[in-house]
This record gives sequence, structure tokens and C-alpha cells, in this order.
Amino acid sequence: MSEQAPPGSPESPGSPGSATATKQKKRSEESRRSFGQILRESILEGNSVTVIFLAIFTAIVIGGLLNAFTNTKVLHAWGNLFSAPGAAIAQAWDTAIGAYVALFEGSIFNPHTVAALFQQASFSTAIHDGYLAAVFNPLSETCVQATPLLLAGLAVALPYQAGMFNIGAQSQFIGGAILGTYLGYGISLPPVIHVIVCVVGGFVGGAVLGWVVGELKARTGAHEVITTIMLNYIMAYLLSFLLGNVMQRPGRSDLISPVIGGHAHLPHLFGPTLRINAGFLVALACAFGVWWLLYRTTPGFEFRAIGKNPSAARVAGMNVERSWVLVMLIAGGLAGLAGSGVIQGTEFSLNFQTYGTYGFDAITVALLGLGRPLGVVLAALLFGAFHAGAPLMQAQTNTSVEIVQVLEALIVLFVAAPPLIRAIYRLRAARAAGVEGLTGKGLA
Amino acid sequence: MELELKGITRRFGSLVANDRIDLSVSPGQVHALLGENGAGKTTLMNVLYGLLQPDEGEILLDGKKAQFTSPKNAIAAGIGMVHQHFTLVPVFTVAENVTLGMEETRPSGLLDRRKARRDVRELSRRYGLEVDPDALVENLPVGIQQRVEIIKALVRDASVLILDEPTAVLTPAETEDLFRIIRQLKEGGTSIVFISHKLKEVQAIADTITVLRRGAVVGNKPPSATEDELAAMMVGRNVQLKVSKDVARPGDVVLDVEDLTVADETGRVWVNEMSFQVRAGEILGLAGVQGNGQTELCEALLGLRPIASGHIRLDGRDLTHSTPRQRLHAGIAYIPEDRQDDGLVGAFSVADNMVLDSYDRPPFSSGLNLHLGAIASNAAERVQEFDVRTQSADAPVGTLSGGNQQKVILARELGREHKVLVASQPTRGLDVGSIEFVHRRIVRQRDHGVAVLIVSSELDEIYALADRIAVMYEGRITGFRPPSVPVEELGLLMAGAEIDAPDAAQPEAGTQPEAAQPEAGEKA
Repeated sequence: MSEQAPPGSPESPGSPGSATATKQKKRSEESRRSFGQILRESILEGNSVTVIFLAIFTAIVIGGLLNAFTNTKVLHAWGNLFSAPGAAIAQAWDTAIGAYVALFEGSIFNPHTVAALFQQASFSTAIHDGYLAAVFNPLSETCVQATPLLLAGLAVALPYQAGMFNIGAQSQFIGGAILGTYLGYGISLPPVIHVIVCVVGGFVGGAVLGWVVGELKARTGAHEVITTIMLNYIMAYLLSFLLGNVMQRPGRSDLISPVIGGHAHLPHLFGPTLRINAGFLVALACAFGVWWLLYRTTPGFEFRAIGKNPSAARVAGMNVERSWVLVMLIAGGLAGLAGSGVIQGTEFSLNFQTYGTYGFDAITVALLGLGRPLGVVLAALLFGAFHAGAPLMQAQTNTSVEIVQVLEALIVLFVAAPPLIRAIYRLRAARAAGVEGLTGKGLA
Repeated sequence: MELELKGITRRFGSLVANDRIDLSVSPGQVHALLGENGAGKTTLMNVLYGLLQPDEGEILLDGKKAQFTSPKNAIAAGIGMVHQHFTLVPVFTVAENVTLGMEETRPSGLLDRRKARRDVRELSRRYGLEVDPDALVENLPVGIQQRVEIIKALVRDASVLILDEPTAVLTPAETEDLFRIIRQLKEGGTSIVFISHKLKEVQAIADTITVLRRGAVVGNKPPSATEDELAAMMVGRNVQLKVSKDVARPGDVVLDVEDLTVADETGRVWVNEMSFQVRAGEILGLAGVQGNGQTELCEALLGLRPIASGHIRLDGRDLTHSTPRQRLHAGIAYIPEDRQDDGLVGAFSVADNMVLDSYDRPPFSSGLNLHLGAIASNAAERVQEFDVRTQSADAPVGTLSGGNQQKVILARELGREHKVLVASQPTRGLDVGSIEFVHRRIVRQRDHGVAVLIVSSELDEIYALADRIAVMYEGRITGFRPPSVPVEELGLLMAGAEIDAPDAAQPEAGTQPEAAQPEAGEKA
């Protein structure tokens, strides 16, 4: 070995040379490993994607247990555990699985609708009577629910990549919704143009709020977490004020805006019986756009460099302040699109509860999606499915819809604490920390 | 106390950090442990200090087997350690720091501060470690803080004292002081383990030298061994310690700094009406103890810090109010002093880091579009040219060793078109092999007609590279000297003495070829 070589031995490439040799050998060994080996290792090492899937799985198991053991029938059966243990366990199983089956049927696919479809006399009547639409209704609902989550999730993920924590998706959502709604009922324009104007208005409404946050940070150093939280309050109260005054629907005393014009509606994608609309396509396009921006353009290169190491970015000549403003402007616009998309796609009027919990769901979606565009798409679809399936689950199995929120919270909890998941499944720590990076950074 | 390590092996996963290491330290001896970064010196000492458990091997104290499961055992057995990074509480006094962890109380239960002070004073007297026991540690210079660390170990009756890279933070004068203290401790019978990668220091202070390379002992040498011999053992091949360079052929003034004043946000002036010029094809070495405004000067040169007054000109073009990007484009190449924080984005790939300041220009982009292909091929080329040891160009740069990280920065900065190279502490923390590489590249840039400004607190580096030396003290230049200046004179200048040197090179005179000695690496 070269370690034992006498000092000053004339081996001119010397030890560093042999180091490269071993490195090259290692590399060729790596490429020779089979796919199965790589898969097994990546699961064992508990990298971020594995952790996320296990987090979802664990949350579903715990959610099922919670669901079963808060059910009076199950508790009654478990009271007689020693006389009829089989019945107790079966009852618990049925309750937990029943709720999940209903959740699945409400969000993805319901076999009953297919059965109904085949009972029709002919295919054309089936289509005409809406039986075919009923088959796809769960998926349509999932997409409808996922649309605002996806857009708002991107509004958190993009600033995250640039090292900022956007808590203000709510205020930006409201900003977009206000402008989008006003343009929807306040002016009248020809068909195609009106919808485009409203969508652009939604973007602008949110972007203005994002820009304020970025500008404050760039000029005064105000931390975006503080300013976005404060803007959330300001916008919520501004919305109430507007809905009680200038934007109030004539003849109403509650806080609700007029209905937007028909030309401002986002077009349905598959006929009027399915609620899925062009907003979903806009959201997917935005996800692609954010991906392209981050990984294929020079501003995106800057955003990511600033997110990982702002001082090195500064030394490399990047304008950190300008990037902060730009990122927050785009992020605000995305959240604003979520707002106007809800109005133009499904609600058609604005009330003071329209913004719901989108602002905070956006954070969980971005977290679950590891702050990456594709991850945000998948996370938004998952949460969209939860939201879409919850009403059917409640109707069919009498399970409270809140269990869905518990599931979401559990998933995020496990994703935010990868060591917990690794401990449960005895995984080794991942070499490249992905999840840790996202959650560990947080407000720092 | 006779300390013996036998066959110590310590593994981290598949990496063998210590491979069957034998070491014996006799009482009253200074035993130097010499090796590059990552050779396993610190791991070995952490094993000895009880911070790490060896996988194999044993520690013998006076022939008896000892086992240290924590530093507490090690301290009880008489082993003291002064870490590279001090473990002092800045807001406590010296006496409080010394007693921390072994506070003695009076019968009433109150801290016995008087005894602590007495202990400190007594030890100071015995070993010539002058320290005021009531001074707050945060107000003390680094050299004195180190003494406090040593006193801390001695108060706990250490008979073996481990010093981990003790001179890394010291000025030449402070290093001399430390050596005096070490000699005194040695006379008192204390054994010293002196860990270092600096050859000159090891030769100056050690009784025995053990050289480590890649976790294993490569041999023992007396201090009379030559530098070349030791370096070769350390690196595993012959190393050229002195950069061979020809006489500089300075051309026109490229970088012209005139009456530059730089202050920070609190109004403290770091650079005070400083003026100097760097000509094409010469290396100006800016020597000085850290913290005398070098960092601020470099940041001001690059536009990262506002300039209070004065001018910076590049080839006659005024850059005083330009943005960092404009200055980079104007032809400044910059090697920052803190490569982790300012030079690289650790999570980015090697390829991305190689275009960190040129991604916005062709061929790497056009309009908004990044050209990933161009970035990748550029990386492949540069990795080859600069011999960057990385698994692939897509590996995160943070996973590379310090030397290879520095090569990535060099590859990036020298790959751009540039007229001036500003390099701040370009070889800090690098091993001998990497230092050789970096120095050679810098000299090559000079020979290609680049004006080079080297800012370094390592006098060896200044002597090795500079064609002309300027010394910075408290934001001013205390003198320009030719590289033949004796080290004592530089030391005085670094301490702020403005000595008249009638025959010394003035800014203009220093650019004459005869001022640059071919044997620049030699200390006068």
C-alpha cells in the first residue's frame, strides 16, 4: 500500500493518483449495481421520498385507529372483548376500512357508478343522462379541490427555494380573489377576453401583496414571516370591509359580492356536469412554469443560489435584493391565481370565508412536496383527494370530515420529523438530507 | 508520566481514520504530530482525550492500561487538551473560566473566588503565563485566550498537554510566546503533544516528530530532519515547497487604489485612506495580522461594502461606485477568504459552482435560458484542467475536501477573463499538496500579465509569492518592502511601527525587476 511507501519515494503520481483510481473503481461499481439493489438501498437509507411515503402510510394507519376507536359501536364491541374478541377486532377493522373506502370512492373511483352505467339501455343515453359523468365525478372533484392547493403551494415552494418563508399565501389569495371578482362583475367584456382579464387580474392582485413583502425585506430588512402574517390580518379585514361596502351584492345584508359574469367563468373541461375547469390546466402550467423558471433560467439559478447561500451569491455579483422582490412578486401572483381561480371556477362570488384555510394548507402542501414543483403537484392532488372524498365519507359512514384534517396534520408531522419515521421503520439516515433541509431551516 | 498508545484503530463506517497507530510520549518531551488535514491527527487525540472510543488498541499510562470513556476520565488521569477552537465562556473572567466545571465552594456554599484567583496567579508565575485573573475573556486577544486554556488544563494537574493546531490563530510574536511557554512547561516535566501541519514550527519546538498520513504512522523523525524530507513524508511524494518563479516583469498599473476609506455600519473605520497600486505581471503581497481591515478592504474592492471616500480604478476606469457584477465583468477575479461562506454554494453541484458568476453570459446562457450542456462541458473541462478530485461534476461541492473546493473557485475565477486577481488567504486550511497547486497557479497568472493582490496573514505565503510586500496595520499601510526584507522588520511593521526604510521599495520603486528576488521563498 502507498501508506507503507518509504518517505519521498519516487512514485510520481503518488498517493493522490491511487486515490483517483479507487474513486473511479467505486464509480464503476456503482453503475454495475442492479436496479433492485439501488431500490433496496434507497429505501433502507430513508431518503426523503421514502420518508414521505412512509409518513403518508403511517398517518393513514394512525388515522384509521383513531377513527375506529372513537366510534361508539367499536368501543361497545371492545367492551365485550373477552367474550367475543373476533367481533371486536372485526368491528374496528370494518369501521376504519369503511371510512377509507368511502374516502376513496369520493375522490378517485366509485364502482357503483360503473355498475349504474352498465344498467343503462345504451351508451348514448348513459352519456346524455350523466351516468358517464358520474363515473368521473370523483376525479373531477379531486382536481377541483387540488387546483387552489397547487397554486398556493407553489406560492410557498418558490420563495422557499430562494430562502424565504412565505406565510402570506392567505393574504395574496385574498388579493387575487378581490381583484378577480371585481373584474368579473364590475366590467363587461367579450367572452374569451373577459376570462383572461380576470385571470390576469387575479395574478396582479396577489402579486401586489407579494411585491410589498419583497420590497419591505429588500429595503428595510423586515423579515417576510412577520410582514406576511401581518398582511394576512390586514387583507382578511379589508375583505370584510369591502364586502360590507363597495363590493356588497345589492339587496344583501351579509358579506357577499355580486355574482361574476358568465363570460368570466373558467370554461369546463368535460361538459357542464363535471366541475373540473381550465383552472386546473392553469395550475399545472404554473407548476411547469415554476420548474422551468427555477431549473432552466438565469433568474432561477440566482434564486436557488440565494436560497442556499446568499453571501456567496452576493460575492458572485447577484443582486440579492432584486431577487427577493421578484420571487415574492411571482409567488404572490401564484397565490392570487388560486384566489381568482376559486371564484371563476366554482364559487362565482366572493364571501368572507372564501379564503378558508388555503393559506395554511399551502404551507403543508409545499412541505409535503419538498418545496419542488413536481412534489407540490403530487401533494396538492393528495390533499385535493382528501378534501374531495371527505363529504361522501361523512355521508356514508358517519365519519366526521375532520378526520381528513387529522390525516393531513399527521402526514405533515411525520414529514417534518424524519427521525421519527426512520426510528419507526429502522431506516438509516439519508446521506443527502432533503426533508431536513426543508423543515430544519424554517424561520432561521 | 509515560504515555503510550498501542495499535489504536478507529473507523468511521468504511473510512479508517486511525490505522494501528503506535505513539509514545516520554515525560518532559515535546512530541509533534505532523500530518495534512484529514490525516487522522485530531481523531487520534480525541481518542486519547476520551471523546472517541478506539475500535482496537490500548492506551498505557506508566505501563498501566487505561480506558477513557469520557474526557472526565482523561482529565482525571492527567491529560489536558487545548482545542483548536477555544472552549471559553466569553463573558466570564479568566478565573471563572479556569474553575468552570470544578468550582470550589467555601463552607457557606458560596463560590471560592479567592482561591480560583490565587490558583491562576500561582500558575501564571510558575510558567510565565502572565494573565490577569479578573480580566473578561472576551476582552483578551487570542494569544492570551489560549494561555487561559493552557492554565485551565494545568489547574487540573495535566501531566500530558495536547495542543491541537495551537498556532493557527496566532501572530508570529504570539507564536514565539507560546513556544517559550511550551519550553517552560517541558522543563517542569509536562509532556506536550503538539499537533500541526506547519513544518517550520514543528522543527522549531519538537523533540520527536511523528508523521501521519491517511490514518497511519509513516515514520518518526528527529527535528533535525529537513523540511523537504518532512513534507515528502506528509504528502507521500516530493513536494516543491518553494514556488519556482522568475523575476517579475511589471507592466502598466492595472489596479489603482487611491485614498480608500471604508467604514462599517457602526461608523468604525476599517480602511483608512489607503493607497496602493498593482501593476500587470506583479504580485503585491499584503501582509498583516488578521482583523486589521484586510477583509473590509477586499469587500470594498469587490463592491460588497460601501466606500466612504477615495477611488478604485481598474485600467483607468473608475469602479468606485460600480456593483459587484460590474466589477466582475470589468475584470476582477476574486478568491474570497471564507470559501464556504462567500466562495461556494455548498448544496450546488461542482458544475453550477464553476459558473456561479458567469452563468448569465454566453456560452452558459442566452436571454433567460440556461444552457445546461455548456455548463456541463465547461465543468468537465475545468475539472480536468484543475485536477479537481470529485466523484462527478454533479456532486454537491460541499462534499469535496477543502483543497478541492479551493480548486473549484480557482477554476471559476481564472476561467473568466480577468485583469486583476484578488486572493484573500488563498491557502488557509489547505494541505501542503493543495498549497503547492494554488501557489503555482497564482504565479502562472502573474506570468500571463495579470495584476495579483494577495492578502495573507501567513508570512510564509507572502514570502513565497510576493514580488513586493505591503504591510497593513489598523486600516493603513505601514510600509512597502521588497521580498528580501527580514522577517523581524515585517513583524515590527505588522505591529504598527512605521519604520523609515530609505532603501526600501516605494510603491513605484518596488516594481523594478531587481526588487523581486528569485529566491523569494527564502526568509532573509
